[in-house]
Amino acid sequence: MNAFQDAIVYLNDPFNWTRVGGILDLLGVHLAISAVAVLAAFVLAFPLGVLLGTSGRGGGAVIVLSNVSRAMPTLALLTLFAVSPIGFGNKATTIALAVFAFPPILTNTFVGFRGVDADVREAARAMGLSRTQVIGRVDLPLALPLVMTGLRTAAVQVVATAGLAALVGGGGLGRIVNLGFGQQNYALIIAGAILIAALALLTELLLVVLTWAVTPGPRRLPFLRTRTAAGAAEPTPVAAGMPL
Amino acid sequence: MSAAAGAAGGLVLAADAPPNPWFDPSYVVDNWETILRYLGEHVRLTIAAVVLGAVIALPLALLARRSRFLAGPLLGLSTVIYTIPSLAMFAFIFPFTGLSSTTVLIGLVAYSLVILVRNFLTGLQGVPADVREAGRSMGYGSLRLFWQIDLPLALPAFMAGLRIATVSTVALTTVGVLVGHGGLGQLITGGFNANFYRAEIVTGTLGCVLLALVADVLLAGVERLLTPWARLARA
Repeated sequence: MNAFQDAIVYLNDPFNWTRVGGILDLLGVHLAISAVAVLAAFVLAFPLGVLLGTSGRGGGAVIVLSNVSRAMPTLALLTLFAVSPIGFGNKATTIALAVFAFPPILTNTFVGFRGVDADVREAARAMGLSRTQVIGRVDLPLALPLVMTGLRTAAVQVVATAGLAALVGGGGLGRIVNLGFGQQNYALIIAGAILIAALALLTELLLVVLTWAVTPGPRRLPFLRTRTAAGAAEPTPVAAGMPL
Repeated sequence: MSAAAGAAGGLVLAADAPPNPWFDPSYVVDNWETILRYLGEHVRLTIAAVVLGAVIALPLALLARRSRFLAGPLLGLSTVIYTIPSLAMFAFIFPFTGLSSTTVLIGLVAYSLVILVRNFLTGLQGVPADVREAGRSMGYGSLRLFWQIDLPLALPAFMAGLRIATVSTVALTTVGVLVGHGGLGQLITGGFNANFYRAEIVTGTLGCVLLALVADVLLAGVERLLTPWARLARA
């Protein structure tokens, strides 16, 4: 396929990376938008998830939110924020992406904290830990795998969706694909697609390793867990990923 | 004097700015034909993607249950496909099939396939081994074993997978605007390109969400009809 060879040639040219508005610039914007969006969503969703999960209330609302967010097209939300009074550009994109990152983090945090064994909590209380200490030293380590799943889902989703922002006047690596379609340049389209796909896969990999590093207890990489057929034993992460 | 002129200028500007409401029933009425055409394309793409995905996913899931050596790579590959953003996926397929709905369909089938394989496999693995054993010792062939034992027992997981696949396919189809076949997504980017025409964008968005909801409710109804024993157990 000729376009694929041309795409490799394009990606091999250092000038395409380093020039002003080149791949490195777009990558920087892409990563900055994604990082701010995920961070903002985490700051809002994590405490709420802890609060709802430890009190065990609001489960219905959380599930409804995660289901509705699955039905909402990412492109639609990006466009809606772009035509709102915020104006199109990176600010609108960041807010839209943060809205997307919110449900997976909230749902998984909620499920993780709700799933902590009440007996363990009771024992910790009986040993004299205060409520906040129980949350920090008992609930958090036990809920961490699911919290990290939520964070990973959200981060990969945001990095992937940020590419779509270019369709509605946003920045990031999607610009390359969009430009390729505008110019009928197949090589450019493929090159942009390779970059976006690689970035999403790298994000996934990075967060898998991060999860492995911060999770206490038996150290198992998530992708190895699926092979041991323990899938049925996992609690239900309702908003686990969907294609982006 | 100048302040008055400024105020007057402001007034004129305010009058000049065209109204751009978020909701406009007259848009829907005036463009009913267009909306229906895009809705039709959206529904066709979704149904085709989920049905094709299911047809391919079922044998894969059956194979994966039989051999563990196959299940590992299959699930690994499905994770990779799952992670590839739709924008990149459609862009990869585009050079082969061009600006056609086939490009969108292939991408959507890939995603629904990945969701369905996982859910089908979960469902099949949830069938108790002794029940299958009992069926086989009663002389059931492999086809009958699947039809009368695996399928009914795994049906809830199958239907759950179909519902997730359908809802996310409805949402994903909008990205097909990249190649000009995004169903209701055409209204979303169309409105954006038509000088931020909000009514068109909101119509496309609400259409997608409503379509996903209706599809989900329909599939839930089908599940209810197909599993009368579950209703009896609940009652």
